[in-house]
Amino acid sequence: MHRKSDTLAYYVMILPGLFLLVAFTFVPLFYSVIAFQKFNPARGIQNSPWVGFDNFLFLFRIQDAREVFANTLFIAIGKIGLLLIVAVVFALLLNEVRFAGPKRLIQTMVYLPHFLSWVILAGILRTLLAREGLLNDALALFGLKPIAFLGQPATFPWVIIFSDIWKEFGFEAIIYLAALTSIDPTLYEVAELDGASRLQKMLYVSLPGIAPTIVLVASLSIGNVLNANFDQIVNLYSPIVYSTGDVLDTYAYRVGLIQGQYSIGTTVGLLKTVVSLILIGVSYWVADRFANYRIF
Amino acid sequence: MVVSRRPLDRIVDWAITLFLIALAASTLLPLVHTLALSLSSKQAVAGGLVSLWPVGFNLFSYEYIIQDEKFWRAFGISLARVAVGGFTNFALTVLTAFPLSRSAQAFPGRNVFMWLMVAGMILNVGVVPWYLTISQYGLIDSFWALILPTALPIWNVVILMNFFRNLPKELDEAARIDGANPWQLLWHIYLPISLPALATVTLFSLVAHWNSFFDGLILMNNPDNYPLQTYIQQLVIAQRTVLQSGQAQLLGRLSNNTLNAAKLFIAMIPILIVYPFLQRYFIRGITLGAVKE
Repeated sequence: MHRKSDTLAYYVMILPGLFLLVAFTFVPLFYSVIAFQKFNPARGIQNSPWVGFDNFLFLFRIQDAREVFANTLFIAIGKIGLLLIVAVVFALLLNEVRFAGPKRLIQTMVYLPHFLSWVILAGILRTLLAREGLLNDALALFGLKPIAFLGQPATFPWVIIFSDIWKEFGFEAIIYLAALTSIDPTLYEVAELDGASRLQKMLYVSLPGIAPTIVLVASLSIGNVLNANFDQIVNLYSPIVYSTGDVLDTYAYRVGLIQGQYSIGTTVGLLKTVVSLILIGVSYWVADRFANYRIF
Repeated sequence: MVVSRRPLDRIVDWAITLFLIALAASTLLPLVHTLALSLSSKQAVAGGLVSLWPVGFNLFSYEYIIQDEKFWRAFGISLARVAVGGFTNFALTVLTAFPLSRSAQAFPGRNVFMWLMVAGMILNVGVVPWYLTISQYGLIDSFWALILPTALPIWNVVILMNFFRNLPKELDEAARIDGANPWQLLWHIYLPISLPALATVTLFSLVAHWNSFFDGLILMNNPDNYPLQTYIQQLVIAQRTVLQSGQAQLLGRLSNNTLNAAKLFIAMIPILIVYPFLQRYFIRGITLGAVKE
């Protein structure tokens, strides 16, 4: 009993969304052909010369691009791995807190940074991590010399990784906390009867209970190993730390839009899109295979 | 055994709780530090005397900002984009999610549209072609450049679609028998019972609009069109700053450090205001997308 007028209504409903999807996602995708051109904005796509794979070959040749690719992987994988560990440990510990009031208070505090923008947090971190900032003051109390956290290539990627964990660990823990509440309470009772200590219950009941969720989160993050977080890095880096802090997205932005080498910037973006697509495919396959997860 | 374990258990309880409270407090210390800086005297800040409590308490930074037209213009643009952008996101999410929640029999082409949406979500176009497209549309320096490119939040569509699909089919059938058309079904049945899910996705998009700085930076040539985050980014991060002239006595008592801290803090206030609502809904939001039949 599907009526024709109903079908028409569905088409009318989806039309505006579809239009925007084409205008702002598929049309830009078409514009990516300038990766195969020596694009000149004055001449447009039609009249700019085609250069085949020259831009790709250029990127494969230069030192910068290799460095940028390695930085991206290092920062993204560091974030994914450490964030997962910190969030799981935090969730397991929070699960042990028996007092309802303090538990709520802790949750209220740790979720907040997730909702603040990187512009704001970068502004705060730049003051906090400066040579004469609060963190170096604290280090001085222990007799340590001041460290230019954001100003030297050796420390910069770690600041990026740890500040991301600081911002996100609470929020990331929500999914594990939800999984912990769905563990069958009789499992804990049985463990108790068998004389399991608190730590043993945590390790042999709670942890296995959330293992499927950990596998799911880990597999879905495979698609993110080229996403080092543009907003965060662009607001914290400076030319001094490009050697370890420049990532694909910041490089594409700087070369493509600030220096105006549109074709090179587009090529970087296109390479990233293609590799990401493969990775996302892999991640969904892994998630489906090992965690029984499908997005729809 | 059981009896003797109890006091130790108590101690462990307290130890874990206190440790986590300290950890949680440390996530907030940087924010408290910023507030303290904004309320301290120029000399105390320059001398590195301020940690978590204002030294030489004053409100000069805030007095200055109240008269700073550029700040309030950017603030207004941000409020406008949150309102207009949030509403647009809401309307498009509902209108797109509802037909996609129908079966492929009721809505021929549903699966094709679904694949297009997913393709749009994972095909992350680079910033350069994105910029070129939008400038081709003539949207540079237009307010709509902050609204239209992100008007369809596909992830929210997927969340809401999954939510719609999990509602009991009987609702649908009952309304059908009463002769309701799809618009009435959406408006009178689906929307009212989906309020928590709608609140969740809408709050997410409001926060995203408030926090967004990059579109403002590359799509606005004239700094007068910057939303607040872009304005602050240019001021604090890129340090393109000239203190507004004309308020000479105030200026003497201010430094960029105290002023910037005050601006950062004011920009956080709207988030702090909606935070209780966020907290109420986002846990549901996170688990919402994952739960399926």
